Parts: sequence; structure tokens; C-alpha cells
Amino acid sequence: MSLLQRLLRQNRLTSSQIAKDRLKMVLIHDRSDLSPGMLEALKDEIIATIGKRVQVDPARVTFSLEQDGRTSRLVADIPLIPKMR
Amino acid sequence: MQGFTGGDSQGFCHMSARVITITSGKGGVGKTTATANIAAALAQLGNQVVAIDADVGLRNLDLVMGLENRIVYDLVDVIEGRCRLRQAMIRDKRTDGLYLLPAAQTRDKTAVSPSDMVLVCDELRPSFDYILIDSPAGIERGFRNAIAPADEVIIVSNAEVSSVRDADRIIGLLQADEKGAPRLIVNRIKPDMVAAGDMLAIGDVLDVLMIELIGTVPEDDQVIVSTNRGFPVVLENHSLAGEAFRNIARRIRGEEVPFLSLQQNRGLRGWLKKLRGGGK
Ligand SMILES: Nc1ncnc2c1ncn2[C@@H]1O[C@H](COP(=O)(O)OP(=O)(O)OP(=O)(O)O)[C@@H](O)[C@H]1O
Ligand SMILES: [Mg+2]
Repeated sequence: MSLLQRLLRQNRLTSSQIAKDRLKMVLIHDRSDLSPGMLEALKDEIIATIGKRVQVDPARVTFSLEQDGRTSRLVADIPLIPKMR
Repeated sequence: MQGFTGGDSQGFCHMSARVITITSGKGGVGKTTATANIAAALAQLGNQVVAIDADVGLRNLDLVMGLENRIVYDLVDVIEGRCRLRQAMIRDKRTDGLYLLPAAQTRDKTAVSPSDMVLVCDELRPSFDYILIDSPAGIERGFRNAIAPADEVIIVSNAEVSSVRDADRIIGLLQADEKGAPRLIVNRIKPDMVAAGDMLAIGDVLDVLMIELIGTVPEDDQVIVSTNRGFPVVLENHSLAGEAFRNIARRIRGEEVPFLSLQQNRGLRGWLKKLRGGGK
């Protein structure tokens, strides 16, 4: 998405949509008792643990908390670097 | 404990009240207003109702119900044995079947324990159809006292980020307490702001909290006027908030009542929005 497109999109968001998005994010963390900072720390620990066995590319790891009803689900996507032969 | 039953049943009654606690997390969202109005509406529908003010130290339900001049004893007097329960109950002379059990004003929440509340409610249950408990804000002792005897919980929120977040915290605590699913009142809705995209719509709040809605109440100047007078707004016929609270009372009784449409596009901004095709 270009910067211009992003600005236009940003412009169209009403304050209530912004409120809803912010609420959804904050509640995911409230409900799981995992702050964004702790989530980052957890991500580093998991990458380090997995990295002991296989090679992972830390830059491409995505890590997120998602809602599943009223419970939160931790979703990690950890691409492995193919082994050089 | 006969005598609360309006005389017609001569103490011969088989009632067993449902205890419903009205709480919120965040302060000032309308718990006391909702308690006073739903209690009056349930009594108007022919039920025996007692409203208990569990906000010990910051009592207000008496004032909102217009019964502040008739208090002799209070909840803490009952608990500490200075009077019998029926002596502390105030009968609302304007509405048949409506009673108030006031909170103490000069004590704090630690004067009451959750088990005290359970005992008081158990003593009241046989004589009433509904016991409504006005919870204090917060998640500490006062909240614990208020929910201890509850069969059902109603959470009040405004359509605004902080009160929705706090409502979510309450929902989590109730889940941990195995209290059964609470229901939600969204209070002080401004339809014009919702239409203009500047206030969370009911659907947004429900999407986020994922609980059942029991009512929506618009922002209504009549609430303030009626609170000034100590005369619940449900007793007036021509107010939107009054109608909303009456509908909530009927839903509590198990009636199917359609939700008031508060979200139609109204006013100039709503109209402009419709022109732009942005209305939902
Ligand atoms: N639907 C409404 N329209 C207009 N004003 C309202 C409405 N509901 C409540 N209010 C006003 O909002 C204020 C706070 O209401 P209320 O005292 O019922 O809140 P509360 O949740 O009991 O507060 P606390 O947490 O301090 O106990 C009061 O001045 C009341 O008149
Ligand atoms: Mg109050």
C-alpha cells in the first residue's frame, strides 16, 4: 500500500472505528494478562529455543495474540531456513 | 418475614426472589440510575421488589429513588444487629411493592462481608420476586459484596473505551467466579454521534465484549430532571430513557421485547452521512 493510499485510508476511519480497534487490541492483552512487552520477550525466548535445533529467520517470525470467542490464542508463524547441502 | 407482601397474601407466599446485581467496573456509568429505574419498573409490573444499596460509604440509591428522608436504619445496622431487617426496609409509598434497603453512609465497605450479603438476601428471598443490588464501582470488597448473593449479573457500560474495557474486566472476574453469563446494558447512547461515527455503536460494543445485550438506554435529559426530583424516570410516561428501562424490566421477566431503534440516522450530521452513503 502506498503512503498516499495509507493516508487516505487513515482519513476514512471514524473515531468510533479507531476506538473499536484500540479496544480489541487492549482487551486481547488484558484477557491473557500478557502485555505487549511480555509478548516480545516471549517471542525472543521461543525463537532462541527453536533456534537451538533448527535455523530460523527471526526477522520473518510473526507472533500474535488472536481472539477466539472470549479466549485468546497465541499464534506463531516461524519460517525455517532451508538447510544448505 | 411476612408483611412485605402488600397484605394480600397474609404472609402466605411461595416467592423466591431472583437476586440481580447491577455492576460496571468503571464508576459513574449509570448503575444507580439503572437500579432505581428497573426496580420501579418491575414493581409497576406488579412484582414485589427490593433494591439494596451495596455502595456502603457512598450511598446514593436513596437519593435517586427519592427516599432519603425516610431512612432510620441501614444495611450495616442490620448486619451488626442493631435492628431487624424489616425495620431497615423503606417502603416506597408511590409505587406498590417497591422497597429500599439503604447503605450506611458513615461506614466503609469493610463493614459488610460477602457472606453478610448472602444472609441478608436469603432472609429476603421468600418475600420478594426480585432483589436488585446496586454495586459500587471497582473490583474490590464492595464489588465482591454485591455479587456474592447474585443469581444474575447485569453490567452497565457506556459506549466509550474505558467503560467497555472495565466491563470486560468484570466479565472476566465473573467467569472466574463461575457466576454465569452476565447481560449488558449500554447506557447514555447518543444516536447522532453513533450515526456520525463518533460513538461506538451497540454492535461494536457487543462485538468486543461478546455478551448478551439486555438493553440500550439513550442519553436523556429527563434522567437528570427526574434524579433532581427523586422520581425515577420510568414513572414518567414520555421519556425515551424511561421506555428503555421499562423494556429492560420486561426482558428481565422473560418477555420478548424488541430493542428500541436508537441508531437510526438522525439530525443534520446523520442526514449528511446518509447523503454521502456512509450510514450503516
Ligand atoms: N441515560 C442517561 N441520560 C442522562 N444522564 C444519565 C443517564 N444515565 C445516568 N445519567 C447520569 O449520570 C450520572 C451517573 O449516574 P449514576 O450515579 O447512576 O452512576 P453510577 O454508575 O451509579 O455511579 P457510581 O459508580 O459513582 O456509583 C448521574 O448524574 C446520572 O443522572
Ligand atoms: Mg452508584
